[in-house]
Amino acid sequence: MKISLTVNGNLHTSEVEPRTLLVHYIREHLGLTATNVGCDTSSCGACTVHLDGEAVKSCTILAVQADECDVTTVEGLAKNGEMHPMQKAFMENHGLQCGFCTPGMVMAAISLLREIPNPSEEEVRIGLEGNLCRCTGYHNIVKSVLDAASKGAAGR
Amino acid sequence: MTGSILGNRVLRKEDPKFLTTGGQYVDDLLTEPLLAGAVHVTYVRSTVAHGRILSIDTSVAESMDGVIAVFTAESLGLQPENATYNPAAKRALLASDKVRFVGEPVAAIVTERPEQGEDAAEQVIIDYDVLEAVIDIEAAMETDTLIFDDIPNNVVFDTAAIGMPDISGDSFFDGCDVVVDGRFVNQRVAPCPLEVRGCAATWHDGRLVQWTSTQHAQGALKNIAKANGIDEALVRVITPDVGGGFGAKIGTYPEEVLLGTLAKQIGRPVRWRETRSESMVALGHGRAQIQYVRIGGSRDGQVHAVSAKILQDSGAWVDVGAVLAPFMTRPMLSGVYAIDRIECRTISIATNTTPTVAYRGAGRPEATALIERAMDLFAHELGLDPVEVRRKNLIAPFNEPHTTAIGQQYDVGNYEKSLDLVLERADYAALRAEQRARRERGDTKLLGIGVSTYVEITGGNSAGETARVEVQPTGRAIVYTGTSPHGQGHVTSWSMILNAETGIPLENIDVVWGDTDLVPVGGGTMGSRSLQQGGAAVHQAAVELIEKAKETAAQLLEASATDIVFDVDSAAFHVVGTPARSVGWSDVATASSPKEGIAHDTNFVAGGPTFPFGAHLAVVEVDRETGKTTLIKHVACDDAGKVLNPLILDGQIHGGIAQGAAQALLEEVRYDDDGNPITSNLADYAFISAAELPTFEVVHMETPTPRNPLGAKGIGESGTIGSTPAIQSAVIDALAHLGIRHIDMPATSERVWRALTSVST
Repeated sequence: MKISLTVNGNLHTSEVEPRTLLVHYIREHLGLTATNVGCDTSSCGACTVHLDGEAVKSCTILAVQADECDVTTVEGLAKNGEMHPMQKAFMENHGLQCGFCTPGMVMAAISLLREIPNPSEEEVRIGLEGNLCRCTGYHNIVKSVLDAASKGAAGR
Repeated sequence: MTGSILGNRVLRKEDPKFLTTGGQYVDDLLTEPLLAGAVHVTYVRSTVAHGRILSIDTSVAESMDGVIAVFTAESLGLQPENATYNPAAKRALLASDKVRFVGEPVAAIVTERPEQGEDAAEQVIIDYDVLEAVIDIEAAMETDTLIFDDIPNNVVFDTAAIGMPDISGDSFFDGCDVVVDGRFVNQRVAPCPLEVRGCAATWHDGRLVQWTSTQHAQGALKNIAKANGIDEALVRVITPDVGGGFGAKIGTYPEEVLLGTLAKQIGRPVRWRETRSESMVALGHGRAQIQYVRIGGSRDGQVHAVSAKILQDSGAWVDVGAVLAPFMTRPMLSGVYAIDRIECRTISIATNTTPTVAYRGAGRPEATALIERAMDLFAHELGLDPVEVRRKNLIAPFNEPHTTAIGQQYDVGNYEKSLDLVLERADYAALRAEQRARRERGDTKLLGIGVSTYVEITGGNSAGETARVEVQPTGRAIVYTGTSPHGQGHVTSWSMILNAETGIPLENIDVVWGDTDLVPVGGGTMGSRSLQQGGAAVHQAAVELIEKAKETAAQLLEASATDIVFDVDSAAFHVVGTPARSVGWSDVATASSPKEGIAHDTNFVAGGPTFPFGAHLAVVEVDRETGKTTLIKHVACDDAGKVLNPLILDGQIHGGIAQGAAQALLEEVRYDDDGNPITSNLADYAFISAAELPTFEVVHMETPTPRNPLGAKGIGESGTIGSTPAIQSAVIDALAHLGIRHIDMPATSERVWRALTSVST
């Protein structure tokens, strides 16, 4: 099937199999490999991207469902070589270790702040429940998100 | 003098890549030229826990779309090979005669696309003569069913059988006023690195090149060479970014070492990546002990004797998990306590379950859990505060090596101080008052306070570590390290160490690891060894390189090498007394070799393992009506010696605490009676999330070790070792006034609720 969608600001028109998942389309058709696959039950959130501005697990969406949509992956966040405030907050607060969950975690965190611009710690923890990390114990991830919120990242 | 960078909170150099373009994990090597035209390998896995293979029919699968070939042990001529830790255990890389656990690879399918392999795997028909599944380790020693024909009672390793002392009788507790018994289950858990296993392999110029998600490329190389029947010089292992390991990626697995053979058979590069559901049953599991403990002492709380019989589940192979109980748990049984008499026998038993391997802490969390739970039982029996019983038995501060009754020698320790720091930060007295108040008011939410004090062993598994430092004519430096970071931040830490000695700016330093052509000798990253051995090697290489560079600087400055001094702040060499005329790294490197610069290789051998220690205090709320348990506070003091980068130190502690909390409260790998795994994906396995944890409180303490010039001990596993028993203890403490003395991990709502039900009338 033919689909046409915008990914990180670039329009792509592609021929895909109906069963192709959005995550596989992003990774294999477009070569954008920051978005990772960590499970097969939509549990881990490593594949989280933005679909029309909202966080989705791209392993739960077919590429054909994203036809005519606007997709943002972590590769699309930095502007003119400057990291998004959430990326900066993760770096400054050591919100990542092995880096595998990080792209999905950052995308989920940005989406969370769009919903709740100044969340409490508990709201961050509940908001990120669907994104698993094995390295950080979440401590510095939560700290990163709260830090980004305090610096007004919600508007970005 | 601007001062050394060491000890400062330095942001990680590796982060921008992970945050913007993502890491380059093995699955991301889409444009690697050597892998052009790669095909995909899918393993057909056993669906029964124990059975004889009667036949394997691959004909339907072979005729399916995209299927290039289907291989079995027979078609590849794979012969059974001995297990490292017990040669009587034998298996082939693909199951040949028997299958011994659900998930064991039986056949390999090579297809153009991965989904074609998944489809074809379902059409490989394997006929089994299903045998009794042996799941429980105690039952395994009693049954007539043998998992390996030549291993009686399914006992694959027994300390008593290799001449280590058995546990004695009651006389061991002569003179004790009080003797308490316990049976603790240290349950099986899944390491769950977020990146599952994956590899790519190809033959290039007569050599096998394999990318693999590993903690130890140089170790993987040996196993890959052996499995392919080729000389080690004909193998190159490359480690891309690795999305976590936690011990489970130290060794190699059949699925990985077989790929070279498959690539050769097909004549094309191959890729293999397991699914999470495969990973949950085929990546090694951790822990899995049953501990029988007896502790005795006097009424004032002094412990005199501890006796332990530990049963270790080895799973369906004799991998490293089989030898953790004897060689990692047993030696650490004295914990931080001065105990006159300790004895321990460990027995490792095969079962029809996933083989056990190292998992964060690898035998030491089990040791700490054993002695800490025993101390709690002893304190409860005496009606004494568990903190005061611990304090009474702590080994006094020592700066010279201290040897425990079981024979382990610790480097340095100041255990009481770490305990005091934690009690003070948490305000222990106030917590106890709050606990009493809630009980008196009859609150639904009970408060539980758990304290653990621990010591562990790190860097105990290596004779040395290599480092090479090159300074190029441009002045840019490259560190080649035998360690293998997969989240630990070695790029930043090793750059800091080199910078501290040479003055070369952090941004001008690159770090290389995990490529066996570039780093032929290395011990990898495991056992919290990296900084104290690999980091110390970088330090040693830098110090030696400066001495070497002085020779060149002497020629440039027309002086004697003995008159050359190196000034780290200006990163330049000059003649003593005349700093105005100096030469920098670029000058020295260019003069040494205009093309290659200057380099130095070294091998650092530590003065012995180190023994990080500390104390953890956990506070939980337990809902007495539902059993729901919530960790609401966790204070940790983990003394890892001299701290290189507090940012990274704290991150390691946090991650460790979370994995301890996960084992204490949530996670358990479970099987049904027939050996079917019932926690084989992340929907069924209770992988801990952000919503189940509080923000942690970390208290710092530094007691440097004399065993390496950095004064550093390991920190990768301490958090897990200290937190697990503290949290478990907190749950039990919440219910202690009801007469509950022990609840096995994980303290799930159901299990706590059942415990509550058992005591309420």
